[in-house]
Parts: sequence; C-alpha cells; structure tokens
Amino acid sequence: MEALKQELKEKIIAVLNLEDVQPSDISNTDALFGDGLGLDSIDALELIVLLDKDYGIKLTDPKEGKNIFQSIDTMAAYVEANRTK
Amino acid sequence: MAKTYINGIGCVSAQATVDGFPSEFALDENTNFLELVKPEYKDYFSPIASRRMAKGVKNGIVASTLAMKEAGIENLDAIITGTGMGCIEDSDKFLKAIIDNNEQFLTPTSFIQSTHNTVASTIAINLGCKAYNFTYVNGAVSFESALVDAKLQFDADEVSNVLVGGIDEMTEYTKSLFKLAGFIKPDESGPHKILGSHTKATVFSEGATFFMLSDTKTESTYAELVDIETINKLELSKVGHKAIEFLKANNLTQHDIDAVVLGFDGDVEFDEYYKELAREFAFTPQVYYKHVSGEYNTASAFGLYVGSNVLKNQEIPQQLKVNEVEKPSYHKILLYNQYRGIDHSFTLISI
Amino acid sequence: MNKGVAITGMGIISAIGNDVEENFRSLINSEKGISKTDNIPTIHKDEIMFGEIKKSNEDLIAELGLPADNNFTRTALLGAFAAKQAVEDAGIRDINEYKTGLINSTSVGGMDTTEKHYYEYFENPETVKFIASHDGGDVSQKISEVIGLEGFVTTISTACSSAANAIMLGARMIKAGKLDRVIVGGTDGLAKFTINGFKTLMILTDSYNTPFDNDRKGLNLGEAAAFLVLESDEIVEREGKKVLARVSGYANANDAYHQTASSENGEGAFLAMQKAFKVADLDPTQIDYINMHGTATPNNDLSEGRAVARIYEGKNVPYFSSTKAFTGHTLAAAAAIEAVYSVLAIQNGVVYPNLNFKTKMAEFDLVPQTEIKYKNIDYVLSNSFGFGGNCSTVIFSKN
Repeated sequence: MEALKQELKEKIIAVLNLEDVQPSDISNTDALFGDGLGLDSIDALELIVLLDKDYGIKLTDPKEGKNIFQSIDTMAAYVEANRTK
Repeated sequence: MAKTYINGIGCVSAQATVDGFPSEFALDENTNFLELVKPEYKDYFSPIASRRMAKGVKNGIVASTLAMKEAGIENLDAIITGTGMGCIEDSDKFLKAIIDNNEQFLTPTSFIQSTHNTVASTIAINLGCKAYNFTYVNGAVSFESALVDAKLQFDADEVSNVLVGGIDEMTEYTKSLFKLAGFIKPDESGPHKILGSHTKATVFSEGATFFMLSDTKTESTYAELVDIETINKLELSKVGHKAIEFLKANNLTQHDIDAVVLGFDGDVEFDEYYKELAREFAFTPQVYYKHVSGEYNTASAFGLYVGSNVLKNQEIPQQLKVNEVEKPSYHKILLYNQYRGIDHSFTLISI
Repeated sequence: MNKGVAITGMGIISAIGNDVEENFRSLINSEKGISKTDNIPTIHKDEIMFGEIKKSNEDLIAELGLPADNNFTRTALLGAFAAKQAVEDAGIRDINEYKTGLINSTSVGGMDTTEKHYYEYFENPETVKFIASHDGGDVSQKISEVIGLEGFVTTISTACSSAANAIMLGARMIKAGKLDRVIVGGTDGLAKFTINGFKTLMILTDSYNTPFDNDRKGLNLGEAAAFLVLESDEIVEREGKKVLARVSGYANANDAYHQTASSENGEGAFLAMQKAFKVADLDPTQIDYINMHGTATPNNDLSEGRAVARIYEGKNVPYFSSTKAFTGHTLAAAAAIEAVYSVLAIQNGVVYPNLNFKTKMAEFDLVPQTEIKYKNIDYVLSNSFGFGGNCSTVIFSKN
C-alpha cells in the first residue's frame, strides 16, 4: 500500500506537470483539491484518465472523482480495491 | 473623441527585449529560425500556476505584465489579443495524442489550452478582469485587428485603458511543416540576408508583444496611435497609392512622414511590396526589423514596438536602418506590413 | 430605444437545413438534425451523435464551383456556402461598390483537414497545399475570395461565443462609419479534434441533448455556418432595401473564473446581458424571447439559468428556449445560426420549442418553452458563451 501511495504521488506530479513539487511534499491525508495541493476540476479529469490508463479503472461520471480523489489515502484505497491491471 | 496613447510596452522576442529596448541587437544570418530569449518565468508566476501554460501563454503573461507595469495601470476596460496560429503547442500535442493513441486515453488539458483565446482569458482570470475580452486570428493582421477594435472603442469614448497584444508560438512539428510548404527557408541554406534577399521563404521566430493603450498622455507615453487600416488583398502596383490614401484620410501627405517601418522578411517573392512602398518614400528614413525579430504572424507588433521606441528615443538604431536618410527629429511614423502578398496593414503613430 | 443596425441578408447551412427556409421549416416542425456520423471516421461513432451536415466536401466543392486543385477545408467550404447565400439574399451585385468588410469567426479553423493529413504531409506531395489552410485567417480569406470581397477582413476566435462577437464588431464598425456594409458570422466543421476534446471534458451526451432538463448529460457537437449582412442606414435608404431586423444591443464580458467552467452564479453572463440592455436602451422586461446558449451541459445550463434568474429577479422571465437540441452545439458558428433563428423569430412571430425537455431543474424555477408558440416578437435576446469565460449577448429588434 505504501508503495502504491508513493507511485500515485509520482504519477500525479508527472501527469499534472507540478514542477518543483516533490512526492514528499504531498502527505497521505492532505486534501488534493481546494486548500490542499490546490488542484481543480480539470486536474480531476486528468486523474480519471490516469486511473483508466494505468489501473484499468473506468469512471463515467466525473462526480465520482470527488470522493476518490480526496487524498492520497482515499485514492490508494480505491485503486487497490478496483484495479484491473 | 478621445485620443489613443501607447503608454507601456512589454516584449518577449528573439532579442533581450524583456529588459527594455536593446541598444544593440543580436544578429544571426546563418539560421532559419531565431530562438526566443526566454524570460525568467518564475519571476512572473509560480510553477503551480503555470503548470498548464504553454510557451505562448507564458510569454503573453510576461509581456502583458511588463506593459501594464510600465504604464502603471492595474484596471483594464478591455483585453484584446491577436494571434495568427494560436496556441499551436497544445494544439499539436492534443492532435498528436488523438492520432497516436487512436482517440483513446486522452486528457483535457492540452485541448483546453489550445483555444485561441487562452492568453487573453488567462490574463483576465489572473487579474480578475471581467471586461471585454476579444481575440483575433487573421494571419498577419491578427494584431492589427486588435488595434482596430481598441481604437474603435477609444474613438467612441467607451474606454480609458485597453491592453492589446500579439502572440505567436512555434513548435518543432509546425516548423517542419512550414519548411515543407516553403514558408521557412531550408535548413543549411544560409547565410540569409533579409534585405536584398534572392531566395524564397523567410527566417521565422515567435514572440509576444503587448501595449498598454490609454486615453491620457503621461510620463511614460511613447506615441499616439493615430490610425490603422487593414486590407486583405492589394495589387502590387497599388501599394503606394493605398499608403497615400491612408495618409490623406488623416490629413497628411508623404512629406509629413518622418520614417517608414517596413516588414521586409527576406522572401524575394513578396518583398516586392515593401520595395514598392520604399520607392514611394525614397527620401524618408526607412526602418526594418524582421532580421532581428524573425517573421511570425504577429511580428508586426514587434514593428510597432520599434516604431514607438524611435519616437520616444528620437533615434533609429543603426542596425535597423534600410537607408541612410536621417531626420533631425521624428514626429510621425508610418508602418506597413503584409505576409505572402495578403493581409496588408498600415499603421500611423505620432508624437 | 436604440435604433440599431440593419440586417439585410442571411445565409445558413446546418444539420437542420441547407438554407434559411429549410432551417425555419425544421424549427417549426420540431425536426432535429442529430444523428450518427456519416462523414467522420471516429472510434466513438457508435457511442455519440452529432449535428452533422450530410453534404460531403465533394458536394460543397461542386456546388461552389471550385476548381479541383482547391485547398478549401470543410470549415471554409461551409463558410463560403453560407456567406454566398447571405450576399445573394441581400441583393448585392457588386460587393466592392461600398466600403464592405467580412468579419468571420471560427474556433479551430482548418483543423478538420489538418487532422486528416497530419503525418501524410511528408509522404504525399498532393496534400502539402493544405498546410496553408490550417489557420483561422485562411478560412476568411477563402470566403472573401468566393464572394469577391477586397477590404477589411478579419476573424474572431473566442471559442463558442465567437460569432456573437463578430456580429458585435460589425455593428460597431457600421455605427462608427468605418464600414458601410459588413458580412458577419461564423463557421466550424466537425473535427475529431473537437469531438475528442469535448469527450475528455466528459460533457458529451450519449443520446440527444436535453437543454435545461434536470437530468441533462451533456451536449451533441454540431457543425454549421451562418452569416448576416449588416448595412448602414444610408445604403438602406438609398437602395430601398428591405430590413429583416436590426442588431440593437450587444456586449461582451468575461467571467474571469475558470478556463472552461462557468461561475456558479453566471457573473459573466449576467454582466453581458446587463451591458447589452444598456447599449440597446431597453428594459429586460421588453424582451419577448430569449434564445439561450443552453448547451445542455450540467455546468452551462445551471450558470446561464442563474444569470437569467438574476436579471429577472422579481419579474417574469420571458419565453425562452435553446435550439441546440435541433442543431447540436456548433461552436464558433452557434451564435451566427442562432442570430438567423432570432431574426426568423421576429419576422414570423414564433418562439421555438426547447426539444427533449422533461424535468424542471432542481436549482431554480425556470421552465423553457417546450411547444411552438406564435406571438408578436419585437425583441429577441441571444446568449453565447465560450471557453476562457467569454460571455456575449446580442439583442435583435424588429425594424
């Protein structure tokens, strides 16, 4: 699980082009959106594609992302439970 | 009817223009593409804020920030931009992804950012500016269309401060297409003389130039923007006549003009237009600039930057002179530009 | 009240018709033009539907009488087709007789062609001619060639509000005396680029779009072109021209909120409408019909609805509908085809039905007109909004 969390952090930084941000700057419990890392709805769409491409998880409604992408913890838990690859 | 003054300019180009009008321009006749002198972007925005910005957007933000700062203006009544090719970096990226991945696993960022009005809207979002916001995309008159629009609003006394800019960016792929189509001179075909060229096509580049236009003359004023006219098609033999007509509409003759700024770009096929106008203004100081800025659809904004600085400094830089004619002082300048024989523009500035 | 600028001609091609008459007939007969695609080789062709024009590029080339070696893109073909109609409809014989301009608009210009030949350019010399057809300016240059115009030609690209801004600039230039006559409008051909772009934003419906419905799922993309001819009152008088309607109000404002999403209370839309009323010198209650932007995305309809509700706070909201259920969202051309529909609404005294509506939105009490309604119409307000927070309103009035 810890490895998956580290992997997700690295992927988020790469996919969202977060220059100067290190995986260690993102805590597992911090909010990714809003006040935390400061991501927005477009970033959420990028993360939805990330789930599809790298873990074989298809979301059809962007609203589903809201709960899944709350933090690295929630995201890792969702990926662990639903991944098909 | 309010007058329109150029009170601030910001320019990102193949020259070190971010630091002010250069006293010496870098010349390189051996290349067919003049590389951009990149500003220190992090002085203008954080990496997080710029995570989705392509080069053109970044350059637009830098140039617009400089123009507003120089004029000391924070509140805008309109933001109007021109761009010939738009945000091609993101456009190329998204199109490549569509083709290479057969329409699968696509993400929205590059699509969103590929929209032509991305620069104008990013400036609006950053400033929280809810005013009029237009973007023109019409080849070599994209920037002039923005000027026409701004001038219309000053003339109607509807605005006090309008930010106007021209932005174009280049990508490796578009560069290769432009070479294939014969718009950029072939690799290794130099040295390229922009004046007196005997070869087709041009030396390209990219850049962003913004102007802060205001209805009030201030300490920072460069010049008054008097008039702009664009025309999509013009016969070679009629260029001189058209220029005289344009001046006449402003109650001027060619003898009132202290300098002409011409868009010579080293394409033997179409530089005839500039030569034709140069013959009409044989006894007037003539200026050229695309050997230092390179050609791109909004390079004429760099030309206006040069013209404005000639009026402000009362001096034509030696490296930009077409002829050796001089004037004791410079009051009125006519600018003329076209690209590949279409999209002609005449711009008149004065002090 | 502001007298406005005269409209003396119209031309249009959309998924619901190849000319003004055909479009009008489809509107009053509730015949939508949303279908599976025949022309676009996209892998999504079984999942989504489009407002596609069934004429092929070859059909359009033949009808325009273009030479075989032309390098028109679909966007340019559609634009030239509609602009030519508009010029004929206005009874113009010599286009350069007066100081005439063309203000065109497009979102992605010649992308429909670029995406076809992107890698092929290096292998097939016959395709190289299309490299010059990619940019928006080329589309307008092509249209001016077809109608023989030499003069002021420009192109606006502010995403889905583009054509409204073209109409606005045209009206302002006539008012200022800069032009005597101007052809204004927009064109956009369907492209895999925009189809996939909107798909990544997850705002395409898998069925027919349902504007202002509580369960709306998104938009159908469409393609279209339309142009209006605007003329000065001097020309109208001198030539005894028939005035179809007038452009009496217009405004553009920026939401300054987000690159693609509209703000929750529709601030940009509210400001655009408010400024347009001022230019037209009208009270909001004088509007007889609102042609909404109404793309049927969750975000647009909520934001636009809230803005309209704010404008009409404590007053009756006029009859309103979105015609996107007929045509799909035609991007830069949307405001141009809806300008034609607005003029037809005034001429014929008709409010078009908002098709596919079932359930009122939970957030407010706005219910669109769902059946065709005949009544006198003096003023129509038309909204168009685009990426980058670009919000535009145009008001049309009876002559």
